[in-house]
Amino acid sequence: MPYQDPKKRIKNFDEVSLGYDKDLAIKEAKRCLQCKKPSCVKGCPVGIDIPSFIKEISNDNYKGALEKLKEKNLLPAICGRVCPQEDQCEKLCIVGKKNEPIAIGRLERFVADNQKMTSKLKPGLEGEKVAVVGSGPAGLACASELLQRGYRVTIFEALHKPGGVLMYGIPEFRLPKDVVEQEINQLVDMGVELQTNMVIGQTITLLELLEKGYKAVFIGSGAGLPFFLNIPGENLNGVYSANEFLTRANLMKAYLYPKWETPLRVGKKVVVVGAGNVAMDSARTAMRLGAKEVSIVYRRSEAEMPARKEEIFHAKEEGIEMNLLTNPISIEGDAEGWVNKIRCINMELGDPDESGRRRPKPVKGSEFTIEVDTVIMAIGQGANPVIPRSTKNLNLNDKGNIEVDSETGQTSIEGVFAGGDVVTGAATVIQAMGAGKQCAESIDKYIKNN
Amino acid sequence: MNTIISKDILSPSIKRYVIKNSKIAAKAEAGQFIILRVHEKGERIPLTIADYDREKGTVAIVFQEVGNTTQKLGEMEVGDKILDFVGPLGVPTTLPQGDNIVCIGGGMGIAPIYPEVKSLYNKGVKVTGVLGARTKDILFFSNEMDKICDKLYIVTDDGSQGRKGFVTDVLRDIIKNDNKIDGVIAVGPLPMMKAVCDITKVHNIPTIVSLNSLMVDGTGMCGGCRVTIGDEVKFACIDGPSFDGLKVDFDEQMRRLKMYKEEEEKVLGCKCGGEC
Ligand SMILES: Cc1cc2nc3c(=O)[nH]c(=O)nc-3n(C[C@H](O)[C@H](O)[C@H](O)COP(=O)(O)OP(=O)(O)OC[C@H]3O[C@@H](n4cnc5c(N)ncnc54)[C@H](O)[C@@H]3O)c2cc1C
Ligand SMILES: Cc1cc2nc3c(=O)[nH]c(=O)nc-3n(C[C@H](O)[C@H](O)[C@H](O)COP(=O)(O)OP(=O)(O)OC[C@H]3O[C@@H](n4cnc5c(N)ncnc54)[C@H](O)[C@@H]3O)c2cc1C
Ligand code: SF4
Ligand code: SF4
Ligand code: FES
Repeated sequence: MPYQDPKKRIKNFDEVSLGYDKDLAIKEAKRCLQCKKPSCVKGCPVGIDIPSFIKEISNDNYKGALEKLKEKNLLPAICGRVCPQEDQCEKLCIVGKKNEPIAIGRLERFVADNQKMTSKLKPGLEGEKVAVVGSGPAGLACASELLQRGYRVTIFEALHKPGGVLMYGIPEFRLPKDVVEQEINQLVDMGVELQTNMVIGQTITLLELLEKGYKAVFIGSGAGLPFFLNIPGENLNGVYSANEFLTRANLMKAYLYPKWETPLRVGKKVVVVGAGNVAMDSARTAMRLGAKEVSIVYRRSEAEMPARKEEIFHAKEEGIEMNLLTNPISIEGDAEGWVNKIRCINMELGDPDESGRRRPKPVKGSEFTIEVDTVIMAIGQGANPVIPRSTKNLNLNDKGNIEVDSETGQTSIEGVFAGGDVVTGAATVIQAMGAGKQCAESIDKYIKNN
Repeated sequence: MNTIISKDILSPSIKRYVIKNSKIAAKAEAGQFIILRVHEKGERIPLTIADYDREKGTVAIVFQEVGNTTQKLGEMEVGDKILDFVGPLGVPTTLPQGDNIVCIGGGMGIAPIYPEVKSLYNKGVKVTGVLGARTKDILFFSNEMDKICDKLYIVTDDGSQGRKGFVTDVLRDIIKNDNKIDGVIAVGPLPMMKAVCDITKVHNIPTIVSLNSLMVDGTGMCGGCRVTIGDEVKFACIDGPSFDGLKVDFDEQMRRLKMYKEEEEKVLGCKCGGEC
């Protein structure tokens, strides 16, 4: 697939992957063996009929291809771009055993980008009302599924824009915001009611929604509570959570400052702590905002890095350094309280831990200092506490995630369902969508039985 | 929704708006705040809910024009709509127990202290009010406060209204003359709150302050508003903004508020006249 040249792209926020043109797409589609029992489908959390949509591409019928995709996935332009395909559908593609697997994600993106779906759906006015909290992938998937089952759906979103992490977290150069807006607008056109600036638990509580005539509630409030390491110096000026850094850059478009009015301060030397997608996104954003040196600090080795391979590859191409087997122990600042150093220690891998990965241990006496002027903490996030704190009897697990019945997605409160990152902890877009759809089914059953 | 119903000019740089938003009005409690955005490219800024009327479905804000967003907000007129207006955010202030409470509002802090005094007054608590400002032009709400305070003291740095001096001078006198103060609420610039807590700490008087950290989302998602309380890190937007003043790390807060000073000044010279 064609990409923007790394030297050029670190100076702009335009999309890095340029996408297939028609010829490339058809060529790739023709490589698919059209398996009778396609293993790829088992790898897709929403079960897209992959061979069928690919077949339509090779037949030059993009409208048909899009219809096939939309049967299972209403956000194909987004998933085609950000799904970890290498661990999902493409991992199980039979062609992949000997050669490169079929580029399912890229084909999905191609179809979605080149074919606008005009939807016919309009909800009945007599359907029961269901409330969806949060407009990330989980909430959007749940809402559209409910709509298709004839319910009247209202999405309540805390921020001023819908989309969740798609809007505030994943950067423009990886997932353009107009792509996200277009896909969400389709939902609104279909008849979902969207109320932004509504913080459930503050503006109105979850239980009040039930009292107000919503027959069921779906919670898809995501994993929006940033973790810190709890090491000295983390509150110095110039130390950000990845969430703050990325929200300023993406949602508030600080890269267009001062035309857009939210500032974001990036120094010349930036260290990002962590090695997931969030860390790569932060590092690559910092580079584009003018940093001269950006490095990742991660306590395990490259093999354990949780980010997608493609993102790590792109980050390296863009000149981001990897300080692996390195753990921060403290952050230091100047007289005015601005960060200027990060103290680290080398690590080595010991025996495997509960996650099956080898446990990193500090190497005695190996402390060293990196000079920095910005530090970004990208070490994960937990479930947001606003809803749990304001909802009596909503059970959480020991990590603070909402506890649900694994079959139905119902929480400890009758009629209240939950899915996505708020249940699983930080996961993926398509898993959140899968959970949203599953809950829509349960909500449908629940309402019909009551 | 979010229409400006009335606009009062309290001083050349301080304005009070009453805004229609029945959802927020229905829920608002003393100590909570809203976040607003005035236009599509605008910043999200937090402002305290200075009053609310559940029946009329309105909330009031009082703000000082210190920078870009507050200036643009100040240019709006009655009938205009504020693009985004979300709340009530934060947890309501847990008012101090007892029946002899001192409430200190400094500068813009007079706005947030007003609903807290009102709540205490409605509960029948005896409140001693102390209002301070640099000069009389930026002192507001003294008549309104007079109605709900048992006693009201006014101080200005330059002596242009009330006593000349600082709110801490008054607080020291009150403590000297009245040795059973049950609690203090202090809201104002960080150096003022710090100075108040330095005094109340010595006398072991429970003190509540309200922190105006930099914020983005106001929902606990970004961590930009973090504050150190004792040995714990808290998020001002969901754990506060009111905290136990005796435990707040004020120096850290003062430093963190300067995070974007250069950028802000680039867009627009600061016009607060040394207030910030
Ligand atoms: C920087 C970053 C990069 C990522 N990259 C990838 C990737 O490449 N591929 C991939 O598959 N996954 C990626 N992920 C993970 C993926 O984005 C998430 O797993 C997914 O978005 C979770 O969806 P969700 O709907 O559960 O929650 P979210 O997307 O977090 O959405 C939750 C929504 O609920 C709203 N909300 C929260 N509380 C309330 C409330 N009280 N009232 C009203 N609304 C509320 C929030 O404002 C938000 O809009 C990435 C995540 C991040 C942060
Ligand atoms: C919970 C909370 C409640 C608040 N309530 C009120 C209120 O009722 N009335 C009111 O006038 N202000 C209040 N503030 C402060 C208000 O949010 C800021 O004044 C506002 O964000 C400034 O935005 P600006 O774009 O106009 O100025 P900017 O251009 O962003 O800044 C101009 C100047 O103000 C300083 N400044 C920026 N943010 C803050 C801040 N959070 N606190 C103090 N100084 C700051 C800057 O350092 C700079 O010198 C509150 C803040 C918080 C967190
Ligand atoms: S949605 Fe994701 S997992 Fe499913 S086919 Fe598309 S790219 Fe693969
Ligand atoms: S497994 Fe691979 S080759 Fe077979 S249908 Fe799926 S994409 Fe095509
Ligand atoms: S403002 Fe973002 S967490 Fe408080």
